[in-house]
Amino acid sequence: MSGLIGDLLAHLPALQVVVPLAAAPLCLLAGRAGLAWIIAFTAAVAATATAAALAYLTFHNGTISYHMGGWAPPWGIEYVVDTANALILLLVSAIATVVLAFCPASVAREIRPGSQHLFYCMFILCLTGLLGIAVTGDAFNVFVFLEISSLSSYALIAMGGHRKALTAAFQYLIMGTIGATFFLIGVGLLYMMTGTLNMADLQARIPAIQDSRPVAAAMAFITVGLALKAALFPLHLWLPNAYASAPSAVSAFIAATATKVSLYVLLRFTFTIFGANFAFLNLPLHWVLLVLAVIAMFAGSFSAIFQRDVKRMLAYSSIAQIGYITLAISLASSAGISAALIHIFNHGLMKAALFCAMGCIFYRIGSTRIEHFAGLGRQMPWTMTAIVAAGLSLLGVPLTAGFISKWYLVQAALQADLWWLVILIAASSLLALVYVWRLVEAMYFKAPPAGREDVGEAPLSMLLPTLLLAGLNIYFGLDTRLPVAMAESAAALLLRGQM
Amino acid sequence: MRHHRVLRIISKLLIPFIMLFALYVQFHGDFGPGGGFQAGVIFASAFILYGLIFGLENVRKVAPPAVVTRLIAAGVLLYAGTGYAGLFGGGNFLDYSVLRADPVAGQHLGIMVIEFGVGTTVAATMITIFFLFAGRDR
Repeated sequence: MSGLIGDLLAHLPALQVVVPLAAAPLCLLAGRAGLAWIIAFTAAVAATATAAALAYLTFHNGTISYHMGGWAPPWGIEYVVDTANALILLLVSAIATVVLAFCPASVAREIRPGSQHLFYCMFILCLTGLLGIAVTGDAFNVFVFLEISSLSSYALIAMGGHRKALTAAFQYLIMGTIGATFFLIGVGLLYMMTGTLNMADLQARIPAIQDSRPVAAAMAFITVGLALKAALFPLHLWLPNAYASAPSAVSAFIAATATKVSLYVLLRFTFTIFGANFAFLNLPLHWVLLVLAVIAMFAGSFSAIFQRDVKRMLAYSSIAQIGYITLAISLASSAGISAALIHIFNHGLMKAALFCAMGCIFYRIGSTRIEHFAGLGRQMPWTMTAIVAAGLSLLGVPLTAGFISKWYLVQAALQADLWWLVILIAASSLLALVYVWRLVEAMYFKAPPAGREDVGEAPLSMLLPTLLLAGLNIYFGLDTRLPVAMAESAAALLLRGQM
Repeated sequence: MRHHRVLRIISKLLIPFIMLFALYVQFHGDFGPGGGFQAGVIFASAFILYGLIFGLENVRKVAPPAVVTRLIAAGVLLYAGTGYAGLFGGGNFLDYSVLRADPVAGQHLGIMVIEFGVGTTVAATMITIFFLFAGRDR
């Protein structure tokens, strides 16, 4: 028996991706929504268990390498799991599982009956892509999985009820394809210069040729491509429409994971492949990222204040939060990378909770516009509790996960002697207070409009996942061991032998 | 298209050869240029030509949309299944060497099955895309 378990453990990096991959066509063959949901949910649970095992193994035993098809790297495709991507794998698969638990009622309300099994097929395919991006140690393989996750998310967004969802999905398709193409051009330039696509091999070969122009151009193309995918200001224009028009469950899943995975790839390329010395000493990447991140923090929060649709408001808030993560990356220090990874994790929890709560509200009142929130504080008390808890976390109030993020971010900024950044972080958090307060005001201090007195709480199958996500925001504000220990170990690995 | 006798007869003559060429590209892919993707597109083009000349109703009788949609999934499953077969054979995922006693024969078999999965999915996807665009106005 132990032999079997040992065999299973040895193949975890591959199973992480290929279990959801096999589940996707099964969902299509299932043909019925219920059966497709069972398949998708089982695969997501298996992926979460795999990610948890990988996180445990990488944290205690070090980096795991897996040779796809038995071909040794650098010729074959290598999957490499260390603490950095194990944390991302855990976040992505856990969020997918909780959101899938939330799905049945929400999907029954929002997706046409005939295409619900297609919804689950696309959802699990998107999960496959995101997990694949994180797990692979091959630069071209990143592009392949980037396309899998992107194409499936375009389809998922287009399934949103309004006609606007189609234009939003099309806009995202154009911008996403440009981003992926830029990324591919960068990888192509690297391949031209080094003759390899394996990340570890690239890392070994780039220092010798790092003064050549194609390598600098590759860095620029890859950074711009990933910034587009991650919706870093000013390349964020696709994001508000996409998040606002997508079905609720899709908004929750994609907002919590897709941009985060792109930021992880940015971390991986900047620190592991190009190396911090090249990116930050030869090229002024830190100033580029720092300036854009600060603008994103303010532009995102400021736009969020004026939105009338709450999903769109949360989308703009995501742009600001991506600014915080990018700011942490731009500090190029161990503390900065830890702060970035911690905020990637915590922000995933916040946005998943908030967008799930939007799904609950949409389920009951068929709208997420702020004027329709009046009086919901009394009619949907538990959903509103979840919004308040996740909202406090978004602000960075002590005892929430958001506070931990801000704490590490501020510490990283102080360590870099950039005290004025601390003022900017505090100021942009105040802007977040304004839009979160608008929500609270609408929910608790206004009477429900006439004709909507009988609205009740969302069904338990939607409410429990939402509350779980909101609860995790509090839990990881009190017990920070998991994300902090993983992130600090990851930062040490990403900066190994540099600076 | 009822009156275009030349088009109808020529396409009737061509379709079997298009399919045969697709199969050649499919199964000769591991010796020469070609493979599942190209073969799938060529195979689907036979159906698309038939649909253009003889109408959507007729091609739907030959290739029922429900079956074609399932073939998309079947191809991916064939691919993933071959990968899992490598796992159960004691190798890594997608390791074809363990599929047969002789590793070289195993590699041949593995790539053949994988490419057939790719070809199935690509052909079925192309036909589905044609159905979706051609059936838009109804």
